[in-house]
Amino acid sequence: MTQPIFTASALTKTYVTGEVEVRALNNVDLEIAEQEVAVLLGPSGSGKTTLLNIMGGLDHPTSGRLFFRNLELTRLNDRGLTSYRRQHVGFVFQFYNLVPSLTAYENVALVTEIASDPMRPDEALALVGLQERMHHFPAQLSGGEQQRVAIARAIAKRPAVLLCDEPTGALDSKTGIRVIDALLGVNRQLGTTTLIITHNAGIQQVADRVLFFADGGISRIQENERRRDAAELSW
Amino acid sequence: MSALNTKLLRDVRRLWAQSLAIAFVVAGGVASLVMAVGSLNSLEETRIAYYERLQFADVFALARRAPKNLLTEIAEIPGVASAEGRIAKLALLDVPQFAAPATGEFISLPDGGQPRLNQLYLRSGRLPQPTSEHEVVVTDGFAKAHSFQPGSHFSAILNGRKRDLVIVGTALTPEFIYALGPGDRVPDDSRFAIVWMAEKALAAAYDLDGAFSSVALKLLPNASEPEVIKRLDALLDRYGGQAAYGRRDQFSDAYIKHGMEMLRNMSRTLPPIFLLVAAFLINLTLTRIVALEREQIGLFKALGYSNRTIGLHYIKFVVVIVAIGIVVGTAAGTWLGAYVTKLYRDIVHFPFLIFAATPGIYVIAGALSLAAGVVGAIRALRSIVALPPAVAMKPPAPPRYRRVLPAALSVRQILSQPAVMMVRNISGHPFRATFTVVGLSLSTGILVASLFLSGTMENLIDVTFFMAGRQDATVSFVERRNANVIYQVARLPGVVAVEPYREVPVRIRKGPLERRVMLNARPADADLNRIIDVDLRPVVLPEGGLAISSWLGDLIGAKAGDVVEIDLLEGQRRTVSLPITALVEDYFGMQGMMDAAMLSRLMREVPTVNAVNVSLDISRTGEFYDTIKRLPSVAGLALQRLSLANFRKEMAVIVTTMATIYTGLAALIAFGVVYNSARISLSERAREIASLRVLGFTQAEVFRILLFELALLTLLAQPAGWSIGYALAWLLKTRMAADVMRTRLVVDTLTYALASGMVMAAALASALAIWQRLAQLDLVSVLKTRD
Repeated sequence: MTQPIFTASALTKTYVTGEVEVRALNNVDLEIAEQEVAVLLGPSGSGKTTLLNIMGGLDHPTSGRLFFRNLELTRLNDRGLTSYRRQHVGFVFQFYNLVPSLTAYENVALVTEIASDPMRPDEALALVGLQERMHHFPAQLSGGEQQRVAIARAIAKRPAVLLCDEPTGALDSKTGIRVIDALLGVNRQLGTTTLIITHNAGIQQVADRVLFFADGGISRIQENERRRDAAELSW
Repeated sequence: MSALNTKLLRDVRRLWAQSLAIAFVVAGGVASLVMAVGSLNSLEETRIAYYERLQFADVFALARRAPKNLLTEIAEIPGVASAEGRIAKLALLDVPQFAAPATGEFISLPDGGQPRLNQLYLRSGRLPQPTSEHEVVVTDGFAKAHSFQPGSHFSAILNGRKRDLVIVGTALTPEFIYALGPGDRVPDDSRFAIVWMAEKALAAAYDLDGAFSSVALKLLPNASEPEVIKRLDALLDRYGGQAAYGRRDQFSDAYIKHGMEMLRNMSRTLPPIFLLVAAFLINLTLTRIVALEREQIGLFKALGYSNRTIGLHYIKFVVVIVAIGIVVGTAAGTWLGAYVTKLYRDIVHFPFLIFAATPGIYVIAGALSLAAGVVGAIRALRSIVALPPAVAMKPPAPPRYRRVLPAALSVRQILSQPAVMMVRNISGHPFRATFTVVGLSLSTGILVASLFLSGTMENLIDVTFFMAGRQDATVSFVERRNANVIYQVARLPGVVAVEPYREVPVRIRKGPLERRVMLNARPADADLNRIIDVDLRPVVLPEGGLAISSWLGDLIGAKAGDVVEIDLLEGQRRTVSLPITALVEDYFGMQGMMDAAMLSRLMREVPTVNAVNVSLDISRTGEFYDTIKRLPSVAGLALQRLSLANFRKEMAVIVTTMATIYTGLAALIAFGVVYNSARISLSERAREIASLRVLGFTQAEVFRILLFELALLTLLAQPAGWSIGYALAWLLKTRMAADVMRTRLVVDTLTYALASGMVMAAALASALAIWQRLAQLDLVSVLKTRD
């Protein structure tokens, strides 16, 4: 394995809400390789999203250390995390999180305007096959199209990592496959390390490795001999 | 344009109704300040310019007959810049086709035409020829009231002889901007005129060749007015001089100044309150609107936007909305200010109007509104940007709801589930509910205060014209007359009842503080012209002492039981000491009051009167007028009903117009607050509402939950709003009180009801807008877009 892009050791995250204390992440050790496609599988509340949020600099762990290449994320303050996200991370969320008052093109431009070496918004939209609909507002797009806009927005800055939280969760299988295809295409063309959270076991076949989550930790890691294309998927 | 700025403009457009409602609140606050200060400054500047251009004098005095060479001595008094003598006499006028008798104050013009002081501003025609015995210039208002033009005729009884006069010009003068006929309470242009005549003619009529009966002085900038007055009094004493007085006691100037003082106090009280209330409401509203953007703020952070950039974006959003309000408010305020200024000018007859630009006010009003909005946005942002983006992108954790009633009761379904939702939503967000209630009560409060203003004028009219002055007319005499004259007046046709009235100019003094006022006397059993105190009870004058206006008491620091010094400025001019036996809360002017018999003992004179109040048989007023016109000893006839009409038309119109404007602006603010409250609460709960709709609740049922909540908060806000309104009314009453006029603190039930009604109407209108929104709610998308 080449030099890992992420190195986590003993990552722990505890949420306190009211009188309840929830240990969302429990002593997780993990390495993710450059250009790897990893799928995170597991039931709700098993800690997938928490790990992804911490890796993306959206949240702080309660304890443990996390490195992005040689940068220790766990030592960064708010400002440091912001610049980390701005330079290196692309996010794709289950519910797209597009700005409703901006068109597809403008939603992508939201990111390209603040990135240091972005592609053009229309280029990014072309990568996900949406160049025809780039002047539509989110409300005028289907769910799959909205999710592809979100992917275009995530990759437009040429991020080192792409973090996807249930990117197909709200989509039917045909549309879901298109979205996965778009993600794999980006990985192929730009070498973006890609982490995908899913409930959908079918998607695991496109990954280099599958991380199985249970009770706030990784219970098992499965390495796939061969990554399948999205076209070969069905669920 | 950057994507963020594009979002900004689209958001403002998407929230246009809310943005507009907030802009209204801002505009209401800004407009009230800009209008009040703008109109006031314009009037003040105009007054000052008018006085300067036409050489309005500083000191005035009357004498019976003083030789002209005395003027040289007067001019040599240290501090006097120039002195001018003239003849001034009151005379009854007979105007063709006008039943009621009118009064003219005849003033002589020097041979050169324009006097040096108190010059005339000619509106039409020319000045009289120095040698003409019939040519006169009359005040513009009098000419207009009778459609007189140069060439028109009327007659006057000058020193007992009827004389035909021809108008050659009409004019205005700073000396009589506000001119009151004898016995009148408010100016009446149709029955009172200033008539300027060549000195020769007037001197011949009154046998005053080489003499003057009135003198006006202009002082040097550093002159001591009291010192000049003292010396002037000493010089005039031998010639039947009445006590000289400065501008403070010059009726027109005092009235104009006090009128403006009232406007100023009104404008220093209401608009700042409006602006503060608006600022507070903008702050609350924008805090909530920005808080609603929580998830988008989380997204921006996730995308790598810095807190600074995000903060700036929302501050810009707030600035755009507030700026719309400032622009609208400034425009509206300027327009209203010009309107009020013109209204005022038409009433006081300023010959010109100087619009005073007051950029400082625009800046203050704008800056305060902007600051309020920006602080609100920052407050909301601070709590949101402090959250990790992963948390911010999720909706806020629900508050910890509590049971309102014991479980056993809710099982029995005392409250339906929607009602429970409503109660829990209010109790679960106590701050939000409190702020909404505070916002609504402030709206009610400023409405109560604005409505109080017009109500209090009606109250003043009621007390003054229907409870205190119940006479139909007041007959004033050129010179004081023996009290027996009331029997002659009683025999005039149409007279039903008579009552004598005597007044003496006095200086009332306690320690170093003194004021020049009229001491008036009436019989102990006076029934026509009564004194009404603040509790609306007729005051019985004490026999052994003096009653004074409590306002006057405050000014000279005298309480009941104190002994004050009184300089009698008529007759033997003695100084006496008298105990104050009562303070009377009256509404107009300042006065001393005492029993008629006591005053005549004090004056060491047989009972005399200056005027007689009469009650008339309405069917015979024509005959009464005709008889009065033939009486040479009568200086004027004041008509109570006309006074009332004029009061309504002139004094009251300013206050009521201002009150109406303030009420309108307050209503605007109230609507803005209520609408935003309702709208934001809809946005905050869109998901909950969509869930209910999905569960099978009808639109009407969901609406009812929202409506009940709004109605409950609106109702809760009313009692507090009334208290705030009463406090503001008290503040207004206190700050608007002046020498010329005070108002009563009467906030009647109707005022409260009207204010609450307006807020509730705003709530209802908002509810209708919400109903439309509910119909448009896209259930699926609302439920889908959030996790």
